[in-house]
Amino acid sequence: MIELNRVGFTYDGQATPVLSDVSLSVGEGELVLFAGQTGAGKSTLLGTINGLVPHFTGGHLSGDVSVSGVSTSSRPPREFAHLVGVVGQDPLAGFVADTVEEELAYGMEQLALSPQVMRRRVEETLDLLGIADLRRRALRTLSGGQQQRVAIGAVLTTHPRVLVLDEPTSALDPTAAEDVLATLARLVEDLGTTVLMAEHRMERVIPFADRMVYVPGTGGIVDGTPAEVLLDTPIAPPIVHLGRLLGWDPLPMTVREARRKKLTLGPPPVRSVTVGERLLTASGVVVRYGPKVAVRGVDLDLHEGEVLAMMGRNGSGKSSLLWAVQGSGPRQGGSVRVGSADPQSLSSAEARRLVGMVPQTASDLLYLQTVEAECAAADAESGAAQGSCCALLDRLAPGISRSAHPRDLSEGQRLALVLAVQLSAAPRIMLLDEPTRGLDYAAKAALASMIAALAAEGRAIVVATHDVEFVATIAHRVVVMAEGEIVSDGPAAEVLGGSPAFAPQITKILGGPWLTVDDVRAAVAR
Amino acid sequence: MAGYFLPRDLHPGAWWVWALGLAVAATRTTNPWLLLTIVAVAGFVVVARRAEAPWALAFRLYLYLGVMIIAVRVFFRFVFGGAEGSTIILRLPEIPLAGIRLFGDVSAESLLGGLYDGLRLAAMVICLGAANALANPKRLLKAMPPALYEVGTAVIVALSVFPQLAESAVRVRRARRLRGGSGRRMRVLQTIMIPVLEDALSRSLQLAASMDSRGYGRAGLVEARARMWTGLMMIAGLLGVCVGVYSTLDGSTPRYLATPVLIGGTILALAGFWLAGKRVRRSRYRPDRWRLPELVVAASGLGVAVVLFVSSSFNPMNPSLIDLSWPALSWEPLAGVLIGVLPAFLTPVPEPAALEVA
Repeated sequence: MIELNRVGFTYDGQATPVLSDVSLSVGEGELVLFAGQTGAGKSTLLGTINGLVPHFTGGHLSGDVSVSGVSTSSRPPREFAHLVGVVGQDPLAGFVADTVEEELAYGMEQLALSPQVMRRRVEETLDLLGIADLRRRALRTLSGGQQQRVAIGAVLTTHPRVLVLDEPTSALDPTAAEDVLATLARLVEDLGTTVLMAEHRMERVIPFADRMVYVPGTGGIVDGTPAEVLLDTPIAPPIVHLGRLLGWDPLPMTVREARRKKLTLGPPPVRSVTVGERLLTASGVVVRYGPKVAVRGVDLDLHEGEVLAMMGRNGSGKSSLLWAVQGSGPRQGGSVRVGSADPQSLSSAEARRLVGMVPQTASDLLYLQTVEAECAAADAESGAAQGSCCALLDRLAPGISRSAHPRDLSEGQRLALVLAVQLSAAPRIMLLDEPTRGLDYAAKAALASMIAALAAEGRAIVVATHDVEFVATIAHRVVVMAEGEIVSDGPAAEVLGGSPAFAPQITKILGGPWLTVDDVRAAVAR
Repeated sequence: MAGYFLPRDLHPGAWWVWALGLAVAATRTTNPWLLLTIVAVAGFVVVARRAEAPWALAFRLYLYLGVMIIAVRVFFRFVFGGAEGSTIILRLPEIPLAGIRLFGDVSAESLLGGLYDGLRLAAMVICLGAANALANPKRLLKAMPPALYEVGTAVIVALSVFPQLAESAVRVRRARRLRGGSGRRMRVLQTIMIPVLEDALSRSLQLAASMDSRGYGRAGLVEARARMWTGLMMIAGLLGVCVGVYSTLDGSTPRYLATPVLIGGTILALAGFWLAGKRVRRSRYRPDRWRLPELVVAASGLGVAVVLFVSSSFNPMNPSLIDLSWPALSWEPLAGVLIGVLPAFLTPVPEPAALEVA
C-alpha cells in the first residue's frame, strides 16, 4: 500500500537531514503507531505520505514515496485526496465549511462525485462515527472530541485507502480520546483502512496497533511489532517500564496481559505530604457566561507545598475556576482569599504577585523577539532584580539559548520560559492550565521535576490536565470537576484508583494505592 | 402540493431577486405612503420567513441605518441651506463661507424634499437588508457560477477568520493581564497584536495544508492559452457591461455606446463564465434548486418593480414640492407594492435551526 524507499528529507536552511535513508513498507489494513520525541521527525515522516512534505513545506526530499503505486513526487497533495486522508492535531484549524454536513461533503465536492453518492456517503459516515445528531450543528460549537470525529469523518467520505493522523487525541480528555481511538479501531476492522498515527500517549494506542515505528531523531527509524520496538526505546508507556523493571519477557502490551502475571509486592509506598499552612481559600465561587454556568459554587483551598491536579472532561469548568481564582477571569459570586487579600480586587500586577498562572495557550504571553528580551521585560514587569527571570529559566530548563526566538523553542522549552516569566513575580501559588498539551515523555518528565522543585520550595501548585499518567506522577491531591462542580476531592491514590476513567495503567494492573512505576521500583528495592 | 410547503430554506438568489425588485420599485417614487408600504412589506416578509441565524437578526440594524439616513438627509437641509420654496418655517443666522452658505432660512419645502429623498434611500437600504436577513450569505456564495467558485471559497474562509481573530484577541488580552498588563499604549497594542497575528498565520497555514490534502483546486491541467482566452473574454465582457450600463443611464453619451455595447458585453462575459465553468470538475452537495416557491418569490419582487415602472410612466409618483399638500396615493401602485407581500404566505417556512447543546 505504502512504500518508502530510501527516503531522506532536509528542511531548507538546515544542515542535518530530519530523515535519512528511511525505508518502510506498510500493507493494506494495518494500524501503524509512530512514536518519538517532539521534533524527531514523526510529523515530517507522516507528511511525506500524501506529499505535503515537500510540496507544501518546501525542503529537499530524496528517495521515493509511493502510495498504491503512485509516487508522491509526481503529483501535488490534492491529487492524492482520494487515496490518503489526513487529520491534524487541531481539527478546528482544518475545517473549511461551517456545518458538520457540509464539512463531510467538502472533500467529495472536490472529487466531483455525483450528488446521490455524496448524499449516501454523508449519511453512512454520520452513522459510522456516531455523529448523526450533530449534522446541522455549527462546527465551532462542538466539543473537542466531536470536532475530532467530524474531522476524521470529513476525510473518510472520500473513501481513502490510507488514513494519516498526527496526534489526533492530544487535546482531548481521556473519555473523548477513547471514543476517537475506538472509532479508528473500528475503521481498521470494518473497512480495512490502513491507519498511520502519531501519538504521544501511546499507552492508549498500543493495544490496537499492529506495528510500531519509533523515530529516534537521528534520521533513521526502528520498525517492528510494538513488543519488539518497545524492548529498548527510551520512551515507553508505564506498563512497559513496569515490565522492564520486573524483567518480564515478553513485555506486556495490554493491562490484561500484565494482570495475568501474578505479582507479589510488599506494602505499597505511602505518599507522605508535609502540607503546610493554608495559602488560599476560595468559597462558593460562581462563574457564569450569560445563561451558561461554568462554575457552580465551588470551595477550594490550597496549601503550602501541595501539588493539586484538577481533572474533568473538556468544558467542566476547570479553566474558568483557575481564571477566577487568579483574579483575572470573571467571578460572579463567592470569595477568594490569599492571606487577607482578594486577587480580583487588586491590580493585575499585584494579583500576579499572589497567584501566578500559565494559561492554556502559553505562547499568548510571549511577544518579544528573543528569550533574553522576554526575561528582561518580565523582570521589569515584576519589579524583580535584573537577571532573576533568566536565573529561574536556567534552573527550570538549562541550556536555552538567550538569543533564540521564543517561537523557535520546543513546546517544553516555551512552557519553561512562560513559567519563569510568571515566577519572576514570586507568587506562592502557581496555576498551570493544561501544561502537558503537546509535550512528549521527556518534556513531561522535565515539567514534573520543575513542579516538584517548586512545591518543595513551599509553593502551592495547581495543574489542570487530562493526562492521568502525569497526574499520577506529580499530584498529592486530585480534584475532579463535572458540570462546574467538584465531584471528588482527595489524595491522588484514592481518587485515581477509585475511578475507571482516571486510573493510570499501574493502578489498573496492581490496583489500589499503586500509581506509578516509581512506586513499584521503591517497593522492589526494599 | 403537500410537498410545496414542506419546511426548507429557499434558494438565496430568489430572495435577492425579490428584494432587488422592491428596491428598484422604491427608486421610482418619492411618495412617502408608497415608500413606507415597501418598507412594511419587506419587514413583514422578513419577520414571517427569516431563519434563526445571526445574519437574520441583523435586519434591525438595517432599520436603524434607514432611520439614520433620513435624519442625516433632513439635518443637511438645515445646515446647507434649505431656502428653496416660499414657506419659511425657521430663520437661522447665516454663515457665508467661500462659495457655500451655512444655515440661514429653512423652508418647509426643502425639508420635505430632504425627508422624501432620505425615505427613498432608506427604503432601498432596508430592502437590501431584507435580502440579507432572508438569504444565508454562505449559501449564496455557494450558488455562484462554477467559474467563481475559487473566489467564493476565499470569501467563505475570510468570513470565518473574523470570529477566530476576535476570539484570539480576547484570549490574548486576557492572558496579557496575567503578565501585569501595564505599560504604554503602543506596547500594549504590540503585546496583543503579535500573538494574535501569529495565531492567525499559523491557522491559515494549517487550513491551507488541510484544503490542499483534501483536494482543493484539483481541477486538472488547463492549457495556459485556454486560460488566457477565457480570462480575456471575461474582462472584455465586464468592461463592455460597465460602459453599456453607464451610457444607458447617462443620456449625454452617444446611443450606439448604450444598448449594443451592453448586450455585447453581457454575451461576452457570460461566454467567458461558461467556458471557465466548463473546465471545473466539481460537484455540489445538496445544491439549492429553483422550484416553484422560488419562482413565486422572484416573480413577486419583479412584479412590484414592473407595476411601479409602468404606473410611474403614466403619472409620476413624486408628490409636488412647490405647493405643499398632503401627498396623494392612487390605488394602482399601492396594489403593485402589495404584490411583494405574497412570499410571506406562499413560501415554505425555513427549516428550524439545529439545537445547540453547548
